[in-house]
Amino acid sequence: MPVLAGAVAPRGASHHLVVVGGSYAGLQAVASARESGFGGRVTLITAEDHPPYQRPPLSKAYLLGKVAEDALPLRAESFYRDAAIDLVTGCRVSHLDPVRRTITCGQDRPMPFDALVIACGARARRLAVPGAELDGVVVLRDLADARALRERLTAATSVLIVGGGYIGLEVAASAASLGKPVVVLEAGPRLLARAVPPQISDHLVRLHRRRGVTIRLGTGLDRLDGEGGRVVRAMGSDGARYPCDLVVVGVGAVPNVDFAQACGLATPAGIAIDAFCRTGMEGVYAAGDCTVQPNAFADSPLRLECVQNAMDQGRSAGAAVAGRPEPCPGIPRFWSDQFDAKLQSVGLSAGSDLSVSRGSSEEGRFSLFHFRQGHLRAVDSVNRPGDQIIGRRFLAAGLSPTPDQARDPAFDLRTLLPVS
Amino acid sequence: MVGIVFVSADGGEREVEAPVGATVMLAAIRNDIRGIDAECGGSLNCATCHVYLDPACLPLVPGPSHDEAALLAHVSAERRPTSRLSCQIAIAPGLPRLRVALPEHQTCPF
Repeated sequence: MPVLAGAVAPRGASHHLVVVGGSYAGLQAVASARESGFGGRVTLITAEDHPPYQRPPLSKAYLLGKVAEDALPLRAESFYRDAAIDLVTGCRVSHLDPVRRTITCGQDRPMPFDALVIACGARARRLAVPGAELDGVVVLRDLADARALRERLTAATSVLIVGGGYIGLEVAASAASLGKPVVVLEAGPRLLARAVPPQISDHLVRLHRRRGVTIRLGTGLDRLDGEGGRVVRAMGSDGARYPCDLVVVGVGAVPNVDFAQACGLATPAGIAIDAFCRTGMEGVYAAGDCTVQPNAFADSPLRLECVQNAMDQGRSAGAAVAGRPEPCPGIPRFWSDQFDAKLQSVGLSAGSDLSVSRGSSEEGRFSLFHFRQGHLRAVDSVNRPGDQIIGRRFLAAGLSPTPDQARDPAFDLRTLLPVS
Repeated sequence: MVGIVFVSADGGEREVEAPVGATVMLAAIRNDIRGIDAECGGSLNCATCHVYLDPACLPLVPGPSHDEAALLAHVSAERRPTSRLSCQIAIAPGLPRLRVALPEHQTCPF
């Protein structure tokens, strides 16, 4: 296990670990700190009114009414009690004093810390078009958003989705599954352009259109019109009018770095951390969607928005706090469910020079294996989860099949992996 | 409600109640059963909610899907004929009490 010189972290009983942010990264940080032997006081602070809960179902099973709220918590209440974690809800941190080593929520007294993990996540980016403030224009980021959206979706007669990214497409699929007319406006030339290669984008367009979703590519939003304060129609950059009484905006997220920025820990792009999730400040770590971290899969540091990155970084930060630093694995992993398609990615396909497919798009089950100079860089899959876990193992081990082996469905890729 | 007995790797037992519509994984998380990580929340992404279903319970539940079987090929602890991903074992109406054993570890070294 790598140990850093001079990185002896506070872990005695008198030490206080404060974790700001109650989602995957924050929760994983406190759990991992305890599992790694941190014996001091632990406080987990969240701005929301609930203990940490699952987010992926919010745009899918929860919207469809297939998952109830009581199935969402990530841990049982007894977890916090048994692990001696003080869970503070409804508390938004407004100030970090790096000299006194305190953090402050609103008007509360400053809370001293010995170690701090900042895991504040990101918030939905808002639209900057006329009419964006109208009633009926919503975003989806947290449980409060999801509750509101679920209610509005029931009553909606036509739904407009702005943005063909993960959130937009998942909500589009959920709304269409509920029988609602749905239009997706995507300003770029294809769906999920930042995340997946063109073959997957094309597959998704066909999938959504087959299920009745109208997809308009290369079409931005010029303006939203309202009546009596409520949205009634959208004007697309294609000059068309789209009637709608519910607009879901899924145009990306911006990191929550306000208080970290105020004390010089962050830029608007995020909080810079190293492989061990350390910031530039002694004893202060950061994890999850608010961070920017060097990554072996990219030429410059990355801000990743995904559950797996949040958990990996939370685990690394928690272990470091307990004095057992371990670097983050840093293998990007994403997934999304839309209709009956399970979309998964491991690694980053950008920068690859050869892609081969395994399975076929026509059958609705295929993977793309991406190579650079003959070496595996990423795997994108639709309904082939087995390929994902194999891809993950290849990437983690620094191994690669040949492109011919990857494209031959009769070849068992597992035979190339070390026996686990 | 259906009773589920979790047998930990060291032999300790705990029984919890799970409602119809839930899964064995969800019952474990709700009751803070240690030894099931369930990193992906039950969406067939991670293979970290691996359990060994008691052989007597095997005929009571549908067998693994193609995708579950593909993930089971990569679980971290020993894979046995009774291996299942607990997120894929649904609590169906009329199901008698289930008994599952927890493997020694979940998180794959990758």
